[in-house]
Amino acid sequence: MKFSKITSGSLAVALAVAISIPVLSISTASAAGRDYSKIKNASAGGGMAALVAACQKEGQLNVIALPHYWANYGEMIDGFKKTYGVKIDEANPEGSSQEEIDSAIQLKGTNRSPDVFDIGLAIAVKYAGTGTFAPYKVKTWNYLLNAATASPTGEFTPNYTGTLTIGYSGALGTITKIEDLLDPKFKGKVALNGDPLGSSTGLNGVFMVNKAVGGTFDDVSKGVAFFKKLKDAGNFINVNPTASTIASGQTPVVIDNGYVQAGVVKQFAAAGQVWKMFTPASVGSTYNSAVSAWAPHPACARLWLEYTLGETGARVFAIGGATPTLWVWLVKTRRAPADGIASIGRSKVSAEAATAAQSAAARVYLKTAWPAAVGG
Amino acid sequence: MTQIPIQGTGPAVGRTSSRYWRSKSAYLGVLPFLLFSGLFLLYPTWNVISGAFQDESGKFGTKVLVEVFNSSSARAGFRNSLEISAQTAIAGSILGGLFAWAMVSGKQGGFFYRYSVALSSVLAQFGGVMLTFAFLATFGFNGLVSTFAIKYAPGSFLAESSWLYGKAGIAVLYTFFQIPLMVLVFLPTLENMKPQWREASDALGGKTYEYWLRVGIPILTPSFAGAALLLFVNSFSAYATAATLINLSDFLTPLAIATALTSEVGGANPAEAKSLSAYMIIVVIIAMSGYALLRRKVSKWEQRR
Repeated sequence: MKFSKITSGSLAVALAVAISIPVLSISTASAAGRDYSKIKNASAGGGMAALVAACQKEGQLNVIALPHYWANYGEMIDGFKKTYGVKIDEANPEGSSQEEIDSAIQLKGTNRSPDVFDIGLAIAVKYAGTGTFAPYKVKTWNYLLNAATASPTGEFTPNYTGTLTIGYSGALGTITKIEDLLDPKFKGKVALNGDPLGSSTGLNGVFMVNKAVGGTFDDVSKGVAFFKKLKDAGNFINVNPTASTIASGQTPVVIDNGYVQAGVVKQFAAAGQVWKMFTPASVGSTYNSAVSAWAPHPACARLWLEYTLGETGARVFAIGGATPTLWVWLVKTRRAPADGIASIGRSKVSAEAATAAQSAAARVYLKTAWPAAVGG
Repeated sequence: MTQIPIQGTGPAVGRTSSRYWRSKSAYLGVLPFLLFSGLFLLYPTWNVISGAFQDESGKFGTKVLVEVFNSSSARAGFRNSLEISAQTAIAGSILGGLFAWAMVSGKQGGFFYRYSVALSSVLAQFGGVMLTFAFLATFGFNGLVSTFAIKYAPGSFLAESSWLYGKAGIAVLYTFFQIPLMVLVFLPTLENMKPQWREASDALGGKTYEYWLRVGIPILTPSFAGAALLLFVNSFSAYATAATLINLSDFLTPLAIATALTSEVGGANPAEAKSLSAYMIIVVIIAMSGYALLRRKVSKWEQRR
């Protein structure tokens, strides 16, 4: 809001300059000899105990774009800190996948550069093979759903799947089908989390509604038409829902990731209120973990992957409403924790997801169709 | 603006040489400022301008600039940005100007005056998520006022909240921080209006309207127009408020830039962002040049007095 402000584009550049100035470059190779920045699995680095010891020596892990309400990352971060006694530096929690990579490139060579990424498929594919990721295969790699097909070299590893859902205040009754949203009682109440042209959650929200009204991943026009109907009825609002708009009742119906809405359910329950979820079509997307090629704490980066993709991490994701990619194996081998099953069930299949090409095609279509449908 | 005589102050060593060094050391004083503006204003601006003349692969050329110029969505966003900025600059400068006038008409330094200045300083910086949320909670579909209005005044615009979620809503939100900014910028000018001018006009038989027509308005106009230009730039470059209220990436140019920088669904294109920014910079430079010219007029008048 500063009147002498430069444009936001240049502001981002200015910020990048600002944060990179006061930091001195540190050497990444640990004094004890082993350089973890090239280690491709735990045993190559001397086993788990050696990895833990090396991480504790580094003493810190830099994460980026991990909001605490997202897929239970708050608990994940606390758990890692408690288990290994290392500090975690959390940067830009609301950042996008693209910003994670941008930040790593801009802060390359400093000790503030992020160590690990949590990124959507489009960005993972875009940067695979460019030297951005350090390949690393966790111990559970062979049991992770689709890990081998996603990236055979282990540049990035699928970590959890979120299913899109419609979260809504229990005070509004019960939604049983997507057409219910056209009811006048939802006037000015329905919001989508993120713009589909910029946010993968927003785009997946369009995919879900599209599938619910009979569309396919290759053609989202039916979904867009439904949003137009919602908008024309005055029910759809273009507000970006946040924790505060949800808590205060400004956005009582939100199309969002299930693993974010699961947290809202708990929050509402704690306040003696009801927040429900309705999933008209199973559409989701899988996020991916990757180690930065420029990780200033290479051992901790690898340990974080072992932790989040292992059994402990799987339980944390499951409790938060996200389906860990280890889940199918955990259920099959009867190792799935009871509280995780209570949260996400024994589901053996992951939600249907759009391919990178389908997302790109949808984006091109939405570029003009979306503002035309819900603009103004 | 006014020259402060520097003779007779400072250490008494070799007067002429000390004056020489004083004039040089004055530059030393602005060095931190120059360094600061260089790093955070000139370097980013250079980065944006040079980036705008490169394509996605870093090759020099005007390809992206031309693409952006011809893109219908970029044009629509730019039009919206200009339109909203102009509206809020006009509304903000008129309302803020009237409010500032009310303030100087009252007792200067009194409670109302001090209270209004303090409030304006705070509210001029009130924006982003907080401002959006305040308006949603008040006038939104499920807001406080609308809930009452639905009950007691169902036909009024207060009961039908849809205006808040579009162009009109953004204009109202922006005007909310434009008015106090106008007060802060315009107040000093109004305070400089000498009561003697009015007395002189009265003594010469001038009527109230004649005083305003011949003295007041001509004196205030450059300052008023300059302030309005400042307001225009202020809302033209505002981002956070719109980003939280409107979930449409191409609606305003700052929103389009943000999407071009951060899109995680394959829309990220830094070259496009920099081209959009370059067009914004052009508009800002034009507006601020106008502001500087008008200020020069004002300072001339302020010095002459």
